[in-house]
Amino acid sequence: MLNSRIPAGPLEDKWTNYKNKAKLINPANRRRYKIIVVGTGLAGASSAASFAELGFNVEVFTFHDSARRAHSVAAQGGVNAAKDYQNDGDSVWRMFYDTLKGGDFRAREANVYRLAECSMELIDQAVAQGVPFAREYSGYLSNRSFGGVQVSRTFYARGQTGQQLLLGAYQALMRQNAQDNLTLHTRHEMLDVITIDGKVKGITVRNLDTGDITSHACDALVIASGGYGKIYYLSTLAMNCNATAIWRAHAKGALMAAPSWTQFHPTSLPQLGDHQSKLTLMSESLRNDGRIWVPKKAKDTRNPNEIPENERDYYLERRYPAFGNLAPRDISSRAAKERIDAGCGVGPMKNAVYLDFKHAVERLGKEVIAQRYGNLFTMYQKITGMDAYQEPMMIAPAAHFSMGGLWVDYRLMSNLHGLFVLGEANFSDHGANRLGANSLLQACVDGYFIAPRTVMDFLAEETPEALNASDSFEQAAKASKDEVEKKLNALLNIKGTTTAEEFHKQLGRILYTKCGLSRNGKDMAAAKSELLELQQTFYKDLLVPGTEKDINFELEKAFRVADYLEMALLIVEDALQRQESCGAHFREEYQTPDGEALRNDNDFCYVSAWEYLGNNKYQLHKEHLNFEFVELQTRSYK
Amino acid sequence: MKLTLHIWRQTGNKDKGTFETHHLDDLAPDMSVPEMLDHLNIQIIKSGGDPVAFESDCREGICGQCGFVINGHIHSPESHTTTCQTHLRSFKDGETLHIEPFRAKAFPIKKDLMIDRSAFDRIIESGGYIGVNTGQANEANSTLINHDLAEKAFDAAACIGCGACVATCKNASAMLFTSAKVNHLSMLPQGAPEAAQRVKNMIVQMDAEGFGSCTFTGACEVVCPQSISVFNITEMNGRWLWG
Ligand SMILES: Cc1cc2nc3c(=O)[nH]c(=O)nc-3n(C[C@H](O)[C@H](O)[C@H](O)COP(=O)(O)OP(=O)(O)OC[C@H]3O[C@@H](n4cnc5c(N)ncnc54)[C@H](O)[C@@H]3O)c2cc1C
Ligand code: SF4
Ligand code: FES
Repeated sequence: MLNSRIPAGPLEDKWTNYKNKAKLINPANRRRYKIIVVGTGLAGASSAASFAELGFNVEVFTFHDSARRAHSVAAQGGVNAAKDYQNDGDSVWRMFYDTLKGGDFRAREANVYRLAECSMELIDQAVAQGVPFAREYSGYLSNRSFGGVQVSRTFYARGQTGQQLLLGAYQALMRQNAQDNLTLHTRHEMLDVITIDGKVKGITVRNLDTGDITSHACDALVIASGGYGKIYYLSTLAMNCNATAIWRAHAKGALMAAPSWTQFHPTSLPQLGDHQSKLTLMSESLRNDGRIWVPKKAKDTRNPNEIPENERDYYLERRYPAFGNLAPRDISSRAAKERIDAGCGVGPMKNAVYLDFKHAVERLGKEVIAQRYGNLFTMYQKITGMDAYQEPMMIAPAAHFSMGGLWVDYRLMSNLHGLFVLGEANFSDHGANRLGANSLLQACVDGYFIAPRTVMDFLAEETPEALNASDSFEQAAKASKDEVEKKLNALLNIKGTTTAEEFHKQLGRILYTKCGLSRNGKDMAAAKSELLELQQTFYKDLLVPGTEKDINFELEKAFRVADYLEMALLIVEDALQRQESCGAHFREEYQTPDGEALRNDNDFCYVSAWEYLGNNKYQLHKEHLNFEFVELQTRSYK
Repeated sequence: MKLTLHIWRQTGNKDKGTFETHHLDDLAPDMSVPEMLDHLNIQIIKSGGDPVAFESDCREGICGQCGFVINGHIHSPESHTTTCQTHLRSFKDGETLHIEPFRAKAFPIKKDLMIDRSAFDRIIESGGYIGVNTGQANEANSTLINHDLAEKAFDAAACIGCGACVATCKNASAMLFTSAKVNHLSMLPQGAPEAAQRVKNMIVQMDAEGFGSCTFTGACEVVCPQSISVFNITEMNGRWLWG
């Protein structure tokens, strides 16, 4: 049933072959087709603007008050491209291979290759839009290197690369909004997908300012709603990131792939107390000069500066001499957890490790360090009140990126006819672990270059009907609106004693401890029953104030948490089913004697794609991954 | 730690609004201001009240979604800091805080601390872009941009669209916001061809939105979380007068 529709031919020709054969629609006819885009992050804004430039009729929805606030804005580090401007041996093939290996060989070769292939064009596009990437004095673009690779292929705009790329896409979107074929609806949240005979025909949204519920018809739906790492409550994501858009599509038949593959970022700030609502990411670039350590002795309460060198354990350098402090994210995070669990964690909650610049300052001088990381040190001081020039920073792993998401084929179309999924919301290119600076790239490439081709190819075979909504659409839309209203009212009418936020915190705690950085069968079985119990309590004891017909943040949160509670169960199911360790998915039962992930290519070389059956029941479908062009290897960074 | 809050409550744009008082105990100095409001809201909800409507998303100072006036300070008593990056250690135990929304005619209040900043989007829509379609771009390194110019463009481009500059200005002028975008794009070679129309269209839109005129007090730069320089305004005026 799962057809990934990978075009024939050699790896390097697949995308060209696809484009050569893709069907086109005459420019004059394009405006008869309506495309709905959900999300205005990099993936949503770039695709919507590109569709409108082509002449399609586009309607865009975001729950944010402005398209510019999508969470892509927060990405700091950079965006990768195989330009090989540094002459250091980079190539499309190498970038493809790094990404595939970084993802522990759990992604589709053809998709990953296309990502690397389109990366160069993205840098060209961004520069043309005015993105102020870092430059050399000669005027040429600058690059830096990022975790998990040995070339410098990362383009960056100080510590605000995501913001600058997003503003480029946002401006392109606003330019189209001023013209006739694009309409942007801010403060509208998608709460349902409308299907007729298994085909996607529209969505139902709630106006967050008035509470009005409306339905909108489309000939193709593009969901670009971002990641769901916030399901862990404490994460590096923005407060409002959520899974509702993809979960609602899932409930209508779209398969959910590898939902348990969440990346934990190794250099977040640790949780300092129970009041905390999110964890702030410190750029990974700090690992270029900072050295990570914990005291050798467990429960050491000395001030870090008083701990002599021979009593410090630079555990990454010890375990991974070739990559040291630059080991990939999953490996660095897990190594930190291993030390924290061994009782060597530091900080008030004993949940952190040190990132120390003492040696870098001695080697390079404070001025150089200030030049490289000054803004990050200032940010650290603002948040923690501590001076990282005087004492080491404290960092800890935090939920960060969702490799999992809605299953899509090579065209980025889900198994649901007419539903395309772009950016972090899909499962496509990163396998079981994402490399730094590859996801801004993926969101952009999906939106600017892939979707415009594949959605047109799809629409060319469809009869446009969304602009003259039929009776059958009206009926389906009414049913959808009624269902949404019913659900909202049900949440409002529980009138219990516990807020959605409090439930979300409990949910996060269960997932962090039992299905987080490392997992085992026993804990996950316990997590399952705890989650089921929490879900039951939620529907008995939820407290949502106010009404549906007003601005009501608590109601918005409750709807999202209801979906998160269902999704959490699938996350556990997915992690339980996969009896191997790969990338960010570390099953304690499956590890090598020295504690590394033990993959099982014989039995698990597939993508798990889950079908929703209702009542917390799911059916597994497998997309077997065929490696035609590379050989599967054990990932080693030693 | 303990704080007393006088917090602005207003049910909608037509309502007059008023301060409401709340006492908070059990606060931690490491809490951010939005986290304090989360705490307050749980307290309000549990006692059967209507929680304070306020917006924040990234809580890292980059999305531009938050922003209140705290004891007369726009965003924060700390300089160049967003509300979400302000922590309670910036206040004294037992202090009283007045918290109210950013106020400007062009930013109508929606509810409590929430305001409507869509006027900024319409200014961008009127010309705050480079008119390049997907696929038209030439090779990135074929446009050389000197390091200092790229840095200068970045300084202007760093604006987060929070509206603090407008809120602090006695004329509620949007000149800092508008000039930052005009200059970011127009100083770069890619943005030069449209420079003359861009500045004209964006200023016309800014005026149409009801923002006031600039009397160059420099108050905006002081509160701007991204330290956008007021010289952007002078530079934009130059572009406007001399094209
Ligand atoms: C702190 C941080 C730093 C990062 N740094 C980097 C980096 O340096 N390099 C890198 O490559 N990647 C980085 N990433 C990852 C990267 O930023 C994201 O993966 C990427 O930006 C996702 O883009 P997107 O367009 O898929 O989604 P988003 O930007 O999250 O956009 C989602 C959009 O969907 C909308 N939406 C969601 N649900 C609904 C709904 N139901 N109804 C209506 N609208 C909805 C939202 O309003 C928003 O507009 C970072 C991530 C974080 C959290
Ligand atoms: S110029 Fe500064 S204060 Fe004004 S909107 Fe931009 S970031 Fe905010
Ligand atoms: S919440 Fe994003 S800037 Fe404050």
